[in-house]
Amino acid sequence: MTRSMRMVVLVIGVAFVGTALVWAALYMPGFGGDWHPYRDHAAAAALAHATANVVSSVNFDQRALDTFGEESILLGAVVGVAVLLRPVEGERRRKPKNTGHVLDSTRLLVVLAAPVALILGIDVVAHGAITPGGGFQGGVILATGLHLLYVGGRYSAFDRLRPLGLFSQAESIGVIAFAAIAASGLAAGGAWLANFVQHGTLAQLASSGTVPLLSGAVGLAVTGSMVVLVAHFLEQRLLVWPPRSEESASAKGDEGEERI
Amino acid sequence: MSLLIMIALALVLVGAAITVFTTDPAKQAVVLSIYGFLLAVLFMVMQAPDVALSQIAIGAAVLPLIVVLTVRKVETVRAAKRKQKQ
Amino acid sequence: MTVYPYVVAAVILLLGVIGIARSRNLVHAVVCLAVAQSATYVLLISIGYQHGGVAPIFSSSSTAPKHMVDPVMQALTLTDIVVSATVTSLLLALTIQIAKQHDTVDPDELRSLRG
Repeated sequence: MTRSMRMVVLVIGVAFVGTALVWAALYMPGFGGDWHPYRDHAAAAALAHATANVVSSVNFDQRALDTFGEESILLGAVVGVAVLLRPVEGERRRKPKNTGHVLDSTRLLVVLAAPVALILGIDVVAHGAITPGGGFQGGVILATGLHLLYVGGRYSAFDRLRPLGLFSQAESIGVIAFAAIAASGLAAGGAWLANFVQHGTLAQLASSGTVPLLSGAVGLAVTGSMVVLVAHFLEQRLLVWPPRSEESASAKGDEGEERI
Repeated sequence: MSLLIMIALALVLVGAAITVFTTDPAKQAVVLSIYGFLLAVLFMVMQAPDVALSQIAIGAAVLPLIVVLTVRKVETVRAAKRKQKQ
Repeated sequence: MTVYPYVVAAVILLLGVIGIARSRNLVHAVVCLAVAQSATYVLLISIGYQHGGVAPIFSSSSTAPKHMVDPVMQALTLTDIVVSATVTSLLLALTIQIAKQHDTVDPDELRSLRG
């Protein structure tokens, strides 16, 4: 449809949907009310399994099946991005040119911040059952902490520090570990993803049964997924159309390490 | 406390409007990062620390990174194709 | 105050949709989609909130569950954020492929699907 027709449809659509949403909001329970039936049941169930972080309990214990589906969504998305970003006909991979300049202050900041970020990520994954956090948050912190090294150095050096095969395997091992714990729940507890390990006491590191284990598996899977996902986008800079002449070679070659 | 929530919601609304009406995608990536941070502040004020952690990590770090990488790649491809046509 | 957060969520959703419809660049459209998805986070967290509530974490001296905000809504929002990130990355990869095949990322110029 033409642009003007699209604008007409947009105005009609926005008016209709906006009215419907505001009208629906008038019938909803008011903001900040105290009628939350799911909260009463979920918090009581989390306390029964000695889990201090109720959100982690909901994610890894009460609705762990949904988290399993979420991990497969992440896996499928990484596969989809890998397929979509494959080299097209005519594209060649060039070697990264190591020109470009990183400020010394940037390098210092990265040297100080990257280990802190990595340790913080492992801490967030490990304490998923006790403090805010969990597998997913810690996994993404680990992945972005690793990419701090890309900000502070050359792409070729970063490429060596980030063996893609290892992270790809970490992703698969994470998902398989999740499925293995789920199957052991079936074997030992009578239901898929049953919480069969001893529950322990509230707010200790080894409490709440399978929640820390599942959190670790999800952390591993998410770290691998995120690193591989961003790596596919980073690799695109190295895929170029073969040059027709000398000037086109220099014109399109942006330096391999230009700071973003 | 509810005044804080109202201010945070207003900031998020303004952030969303600015993100949508910034047309240059490279600039939009930076604005998206700030919007992600404003959303994380809103989640913290609404007593949701898990969600705030997740939102900061994804919405303020990973998403703007891949947006910027996409913009660079699209510019490179279009420049190369223009050179090939000549 | 009782409907203000829900109306904010609705406005953010509509802003995102307006951005997608008015867009002249596919990457801009994808970012506007991410903004529209963030409206659902605001809506879910607002539904779960309780005035005077605390974060859903038990400390060693157990808190009474009656004073927590809703943890189920926060779990739903976490899944929502993951799905949003994956959808956005897939759409951006599609945009790169479109640029390689058709040499334009303007939605108005991409009318016909060539083989």
